[in-house]
Amino acid sequence: MARTLFEKLWDNHVVTDEPGEPALLFIDLHLIHEVTTPQAFDGLRLAGRKVRRPDLTIGTMDHNTPTTGKPATNPLAVAQLDALAANCEEFGVPLFPLFSGREGIVHVIGPEQGLTQPGMTIVCGDSHTATHGAFGTLAFGIGTSEVEHVLATQTLLQRKPKSMRVHFEGKLPTGLTGKDMILGAIGQLGVAGGVGYAFEYTGEAIRALSMEGRMTVCNMSIEAGARAGMIAPDETTFAYLKGRPAAPQGADWDAAVERWRALASDEGATYDAEVVIDVRALEPQVSWGTNPGMVAPISGHIPNPADIADPGDRDALERALHYMDLKPGTAIRDIAIDRVFIGSCTNSRIEDLRAAAAVAAGRHVSPSVYAMVVPGSALIKKQAEEEGLDRIFTEAGFDWRYAGCSMCLAMNEDTLQPGERCASTSNRNFEGRQGRGGRTHLVSPEMAAAAAIAGHFVDVREFDLAAVGA
Amino acid sequence: MNPLKKVTGRVAVLDRPDVDTDQIMPKQFLSRIERTGFGQFLFWDWRFEEDGTLRDDFPLNNPAVAGAKILLAGRNFGCGSSREHAPWGLQDYGFDVVIAPSFADIFASNCTKIGFLALRLPEAEVHALMAEVDGRNGSELTVDLETLTITSPAGRTIPFELDPSIQRRLVEGLDDIGLSMLQGAAISAFEAKRVPTPDTVALAARR
Ligand code: SF4
Repeated sequence: MARTLFEKLWDNHVVTDEPGEPALLFIDLHLIHEVTTPQAFDGLRLAGRKVRRPDLTIGTMDHNTPTTGKPATNPLAVAQLDALAANCEEFGVPLFPLFSGREGIVHVIGPEQGLTQPGMTIVCGDSHTATHGAFGTLAFGIGTSEVEHVLATQTLLQRKPKSMRVHFEGKLPTGLTGKDMILGAIGQLGVAGGVGYAFEYTGEAIRALSMEGRMTVCNMSIEAGARAGMIAPDETTFAYLKGRPAAPQGADWDAAVERWRALASDEGATYDAEVVIDVRALEPQVSWGTNPGMVAPISGHIPNPADIADPGDRDALERALHYMDLKPGTAIRDIAIDRVFIGSCTNSRIEDLRAAAAVAAGRHVSPSVYAMVVPGSALIKKQAEEEGLDRIFTEAGFDWRYAGCSMCLAMNEDTLQPGERCASTSNRNFEGRQGRGGRTHLVSPEMAAAAAIAGHFVDVREFDLAAVGA
Repeated sequence: MNPLKKVTGRVAVLDRPDVDTDQIMPKQFLSRIERTGFGQFLFWDWRFEEDGTLRDDFPLNNPAVAGAKILLAGRNFGCGSSREHAPWGLQDYGFDVVIAPSFADIFASNCTKIGFLALRLPEAEVHALMAEVDGRNGSELTVDLETLTITSPAGRTIPFELDPSIQRRLVEGLDDIGLSMLQGAAISAFEAKRVPTPDTVALAARR
């Protein structure tokens, strides 16, 4: 029978499937970080359990780490980082600690090391785990009780989600990015449109994306409510993986590619739902509200609550505009910003940094703006410095920082002040996400860099871009 | 995990759609490495002014709903971050049940793991219940997990649906990990035939 990519991934990992019960799925890779694991390790200790497969588990430090290049000083952060190190030591789990040179955002280091390979199941106590779906994996975020479950058993109890094909129709216009595609899709689907589904992204525009762009798309699946999002592997995937530290080598590589090719959805396979997103007329996207579905094209305007019929939706819109301090009818271009954040597991990879640097080169950040660039991992930071991107950024007046999650969730010292407005390449614009009272607008790295320079939102396609990077 | 069979208690109403887990449990409290004590931080930015005084525009601050055990909420409750600290906070604050038209997937699954019920009802029914709750003086309702019925403040009986495997786990207080540990032989058999995937220990050792 014709099967989808998702069905193949699911079927390949079912350990037990008893009627009426959730399936027990085997997990090929468990990524852990300091924030969602201490209570899970405590649970193991209390029950006298071991980590079943330390060799399929890896830790990094990212959420609560400073981006100054200095050790953490906040006592709570120190305690959490120390707890992760001690837990990994005690249970034999490998860890890339701060300053090891291989640490970074959990969803950046998996692909970077070649740990993320087509056909795998990958989980992490973080909702953006779907990022890894860009490689044709079934990857999703879990809570701390589930982290403990995976540590103890290397499996997870799951009800099979339904499948939805999210098909991007047409060729993406020049100057647009994976970020614009996914923001446009969430705007169309709504923040709950994917609840209960695993997405598969298809179409010419997806095929044309680099792995970095595909990761950006899959990363934000959760923002449409979908726990997982995936893309069938192809030559782009294989080229990205080849030669990475954990990638197969020699004859093993050829055999693996052979297996990976078979993962694509079969001709005639059916999905539980399908949506089509036309990208031909897509413009760069800017979110204006307090969830990622509240998004508009750069030529657009702030909507008017008076135009909304449903009282609940109208109320939500009014609350969002109040929080964001925006008036109905305001042009997106006329929104002035105070801060720019280029980083997070959505947009902090080398290609993202190159794209932002191409805008920043030879220009200068507006005097009213403080802009920071936070690479996704220590290795990306190193590579960017080898390519001279750090100099482009600092000469343009951006602050070049050490790797980590940083102001994506602002657990460390990198936060917005109340009332500050930020153009951010991260994934969530919830109230207070980047600091209490802070106002977040989600954009692509190119659009963030352009806003930094202009001091307000602007269509990056009006900029002449420099040639940067490798 | 403590069994959850029947809950009778005060009802608090939070009629907003898409309440995300960043609001339920803001990030500044995720640095704690304990599992308990999160209730005091619940809905922090919505409950408190910046100087720490209570905001009187937030429904949970209404003295009439002090000690509420049941939260009636809007659609897509618990969206966003996977942080289990959100259900921990709701439970520690005193809630046993949250009733909403829909929940985000990860949030709903996190709830069932800690003996906390995320109960889905049709949107019209949630609104009907909200209308029955006396906002000024508080009202009580009962959720019975064994009979799968709600008794509304006005005395109506409302049936609800619940995945039988979740119902059994909640009512009997079963621990998923304990149950899955019993599948050790099946897991070993699966491991023996699976295609190997990267060895993280070997990777980390390589420099
Ligand atoms: S960058 Fe943001 S979304 Fe990504 S893992 Fe870190 S905190 Fe989560």
